[in-house]
Amino acid sequence: MSLLEVRSVSKHFRGLRAVHDASLDVPHGEIYGLIGPNGAGKTTTFNMIAGVYAPDSGEILFGSAPIHGLRADQVCAAGIGRTFQIVKPFAGLSVLDNVMVGAFLRERQARAARELSVRILERLGLGAKRELPASSLTLPDRKRLEVARALATRPKLLLLDEVMAGLRPTECDQMIAVFRELNRADGTTILLIEHVMRAVMALARHICVLHHGEVIARGTPEQVVRNPAVLECYLGEETEV
Amino acid sequence: MNRNRALTPIYLLTGLAAILVALPFFVGNYALSVATLILYFAYTGQAWNVMMGFAGQLSLGHALYVGVGAYAAGALFFYYGIGPWAGLWLAIALCVALGLVIGFLAFRFGISGVYFALLTIAFAEFTRIGFDHFGWTGGPGGMFLRVAQRDTWDLANFRGPPLMYYYAMLFLTAGAFALCAWLLRSRAGYYWQAIREDEEAARALGINAFRWKLLAVAISAAMTAVAGVFFAFYYNNLFPEQIFHISRSIEIILGPVIGGVGTLFGPLLGAAVLTLLSDGISDALNALGLDIPGVKQVFYGLVLLCVVMFLPHGIWPPIARRLRL
Repeated sequence: MSLLEVRSVSKHFRGLRAVHDASLDVPHGEIYGLIGPNGAGKTTTFNMIAGVYAPDSGEILFGSAPIHGLRADQVCAAGIGRTFQIVKPFAGLSVLDNVMVGAFLRERQARAARELSVRILERLGLGAKRELPASSLTLPDRKRLEVARALATRPKLLLLDEVMAGLRPTECDQMIAVFRELNRADGTTILLIEHVMRAVMALARHICVLHHGEVIARGTPEQVVRNPAVLECYLGEETEV
Repeated sequence: MNRNRALTPIYLLTGLAAILVALPFFVGNYALSVATLILYFAYTGQAWNVMMGFAGQLSLGHALYVGVGAYAAGALFFYYGIGPWAGLWLAIALCVALGLVIGFLAFRFGISGVYFALLTIAFAEFTRIGFDHFGWTGGPGGMFLRVAQRDTWDLANFRGPPLMYYYAMLFLTAGAFALCAWLLRSRAGYYWQAIREDEEAARALGINAFRWKLLAVAISAAMTAVAGVFFAFYYNNLFPEQIFHISRSIEIILGPVIGGVGTLFGPLLGAAVLTLLSDGISDALNALGLDIPGVKQVFYGLVLLCVVMFLPHGIWPPIARRLRL
């Protein structure tokens, strides 16, 4: 059964066709990868799911309820947590307070929100840095903070927008371990956009490839990397597999 | 170590409260009126800080709420003899309604930043012009509340000696401080700060930014309305040109800006520093025999300039760091 169903959505920005007739199915409990070259429409698809803007046509179902056209905060309340490709920490707040903002969605009392946030920070290896201002964190830590904040809203589906970009291979492996653990222990479904093939191959059970706003391939990682259309448009140019 | 750190603000507040409660027993009426003025600006600054300091919404028209609050309670008293305790509710209701209208217009149609500030100025300005042409409240000639004898405490009508006004303002300031401290530690405070820091990220965490910003405006307007009621019964005369003027709005924000926007102690410290400075400069200039018109304003401006240049986040944050708060 699908947790998230994107049914032939399209989005145009003036003359630019960002996404055209794209569909994807993310099953319950899965880690699903969305890949494609720069400008393929990955982040646009993401933003339509997250409620940043509504699709021009098509529909998006989450747990079989339509969510296209909902505002970002309503999508989050429905159970979808997201990170931003360009990290957006609340720079003036401490690391812990950043995560507490997310935790308040399900926990009305500050004490309960704090306890939940501390647990999440420990899990992401930020426990020792929780009193620091978010502005003092390094990029890898900021990426972790993005994830921690999204997790604090207790999502059923976690949308990760290039959280591995800019991380060193060892840092990347740590993140991969965290997501595997989240997926296995909590049953959190994950949809990730990723440029770093190492991460996608290691995590995703299914992959969907976008090119010029259209889905050109779907399948397991092994199937996708052998697909001629994918090789031509994407892996043909970048051979870091 | 951690325990001590958590207790420092409590010691500080207890000490400050004790000094302020005891103050009237040691100083004369003049000093008491200065102290009342400081508390008045500390209170209004705290109210403004809820909107700007916490939620990041810059209002340059807070005189609107002071004026509407003052005129609402003042007119009820002037025409119907209804005391300020009832007038207070009308003042709050009107100001909250006005704030919600402004907030709705701005937040619904995506007016933010300086454009939002301009909208708040516009509302204060056309309310001023409106009152200038509104005969019922006296128009430009003003409205004058009956001044009763000043030696007995008439709490029902809020008439009494300067001491009564001082304690009333002290009570309000303490209440505003407690309210803000509580708000800042609650869900509302966290949500406001998230919106202030990055509204898009805040929305992505399930925050209905529109609703929470309106709440900040409503609370700020309600608090400022109470200051307006105090103003009416303390000064007993109301002129649109004075009460709604943009310089009144600026006066309200100077305290928290100098003290530290978004902090709890900033508005208190800023109000004290600015009011004492203003008086101190007058006294110093008189003592030096420098009685040139405008010199006081020049010195005042210079000091503000220095604070803004050397302490861009206000006076309080470096003190807080020194005290390890």
